[in-house]
Amino acid sequence: MLIQTTVFYFFSGILVLSALAMITVRNPVHAALFLILAFFTSGALWLLLEAEFLGIVLVLVYVGAVMVLFLFVVMMLDINIAKMRAGYAKYLPVGLLVGAAMAAEMIIILTKTNFEHAQANAKPADYSNTQELGKLLFTEYVYPFEIAGVILLVAIIAAITLTMRKRAVSKQQKPHEQISVQRKDRVRLADLDRE
Amino acid sequence: MDSLDINSIDSLPGLLTMLAKSLVVMPEIALLIAASTILMVSLFSGRKSDLFTYILSLATLLGMVLLILPSINKPDVVLFGEMYVNDELAKLIKLLVCVTVAVIFIYARPYLLNRSNSRPEFYILGLFATLGMLVMASAQNFITIYLGLELLSLCLYALVAYLRDSNDAAEAAIKYFVLGAIASGMLLYGMSIMYGITGTLSLSEISIYLVNVNDLNIGLIFALTFIVVGVAFKFGAVPFHMWVPDVYQGAPTAVTLFIATAPKFAAFVMAIRLLSYGMQELVADWQQMLMILAVLSLILGNIIAIAQSHIKRMLAYSTISHIGFVLLGFLSGENFGYASALFYTVIYVLMAAGAFGVLLLLNKDDDTDVDNLSELKGLGQSHPRLAFIMLLIMFSMAGMPLTVGFYAKLYVLQSLVYNDFIWLAILAVIMSIIGAFYYLRVIKLMYFDDLLQNLGTQNSLLANTVISVNGLLIVGLFIYPNYLLNYCVNVFQ
Repeated sequence: MLIQTTVFYFFSGILVLSALAMITVRNPVHAALFLILAFFTSGALWLLLEAEFLGIVLVLVYVGAVMVLFLFVVMMLDINIAKMRAGYAKYLPVGLLVGAAMAAEMIIILTKTNFEHAQANAKPADYSNTQELGKLLFTEYVYPFEIAGVILLVAIIAAITLTMRKRAVSKQQKPHEQISVQRKDRVRLADLDRE
Repeated sequence: MDSLDINSIDSLPGLLTMLAKSLVVMPEIALLIAASTILMVSLFSGRKSDLFTYILSLATLLGMVLLILPSINKPDVVLFGEMYVNDELAKLIKLLVCVTVAVIFIYARPYLLNRSNSRPEFYILGLFATLGMLVMASAQNFITIYLGLELLSLCLYALVAYLRDSNDAAEAAIKYFVLGAIASGMLLYGMSIMYGITGTLSLSEISIYLVNVNDLNIGLIFALTFIVVGVAFKFGAVPFHMWVPDVYQGAPTAVTLFIATAPKFAAFVMAIRLLSYGMQELVADWQQMLMILAVLSLILGNIIAIAQSHIKRMLAYSTISHIGFVLLGFLSGENFGYASALFYTVIYVLMAAGAFGVLLLLNKDDDTDVDNLSELKGLGQSHPRLAFIMLLIMFSMAGMPLTVGFYAKLYVLQSLVYNDFIWLAILAVIMSIIGAFYYLRVIKLMYFDDLLQNLGTQNSLLANTVISVNGLLIVGLFIYPNYLLNYCVNVFQ
């Protein structure tokens, strides 16, 4: 039990710190890397809860796919950090005050709150988390599961709607023209003056 | 509704019967199939694809209405462990949403065509948004409520940015997206705390828990606060209204029409499910929260609307004040209050659809939107019919007799007086009188000012017919409000 608690605090400490670092560091690439660290540590927390599948999926999907894309975008965009930071110091005191007040309220209330139902018993070692999740997803939760699928479909449609445009200036390959090209189309013999 | 016979699916006819039966049980399935089919059809139908999409979408919505109508006054359908509940309230909301979206498509098409921007995506995203609203209407579980809400919101974000070359639209879309995401986060946070305390996501189980629990946990109120904040964001109630004016102004008018109408039904049903069906026991707590929201919305909406010179912005602040009225009806926490709030929502959507419909049917020479109030000057001379419809709508929004807006306000005030919220009723009346100023100013501009510039109109027979019916309904429902009111009362029995 002690080991578990230690491991939990170790990972949650890193999680909180990296999340904080993510929103405070100046360099967007560093911020993205801190976010990856946050994902890894929360994946570790899932593992601690014996939810192996969720932990692995979190790392695979977020770190493997989402964050790599994100890093690409961050590196390609020319973001003027100094300009974005303008006004940061001006709003900082107010933000800190409001944030501290809210955090204090939340701590006071949530420490008094009794989360008695939220406890789960440990499962035997051969218990398959993935299998159970699959069973639940395709029986009890099939309706929300399907809606989630529709949401992903809409996300695809929306992304394509917003980005795909047939512009006259866009360059694209025309394979049939490339194949049927003749020598006379490309090569021009020129008479040069002999020196 | 008889249950599905699983044994009969060993043959194709058996499969088809089961499909047909499940369509009746869950109209959402029909809409999903239709929307996906239309998506594929529009992809492969070439140059005329947007016309095909438009016609098929209208046919789908008509089909949905025909599918839902027979199920009214039939026993409730409860599926998936109460995640899906098709009761009378859900059926009414679904019916209203489908009709409203069809009207939106009809108004929007000539406008989009005029800007050579009628692309199939508008209708397809609209249909998926409709699906999201239907899911919300039947959701009796935190998960389904949230997923339905996300499905709806995602379509709306994309629709706001529909005009890709417009900077205003892009700005509005970003604002809407960021604030919407924050609101969803708030809602989810409240739901997760509620789950932590009660151990369930099902609203009916939560209500049972709340009845049986002895000492109310302060964490419950904490969770409730976040849920109310999420709901208020989606309604656009003050102080969570910041996105409303910017999004209304920045989005293309056709999309503003969409945002201003159908999603209000979804927000209403979400509030009813969460607050009434799930947490009726906490009524004393959410009543006070809603009271603050309602009072602020009424005051701020009506007063700031006076200062607006942009029509869509003015209508946005007017929406905020109407939302204040809906919340006033809602906060009494008993059935007549809910019914009056539902009645008000229906009438509000009728009026908003008409108001934006008139704007969509007007057309400037350079094909830009009719934006400024001054552009309506002399509309009574140039377009007497549209101006008259606008006049009816403005009268109705101000709550004048001879239009149904009068009854909508009256019933809300009645429910307030029944429940001893006299001061709220008085405040609501005072604010309505202040609000009458900017509604009457539109009428003054249209009828008493000289013609400034000649506006054209869209010559779409269908849209013009529908807008006339829309205007007539505002008067017609004043003469016969009882049918609609009784219906609204019945769904809460």
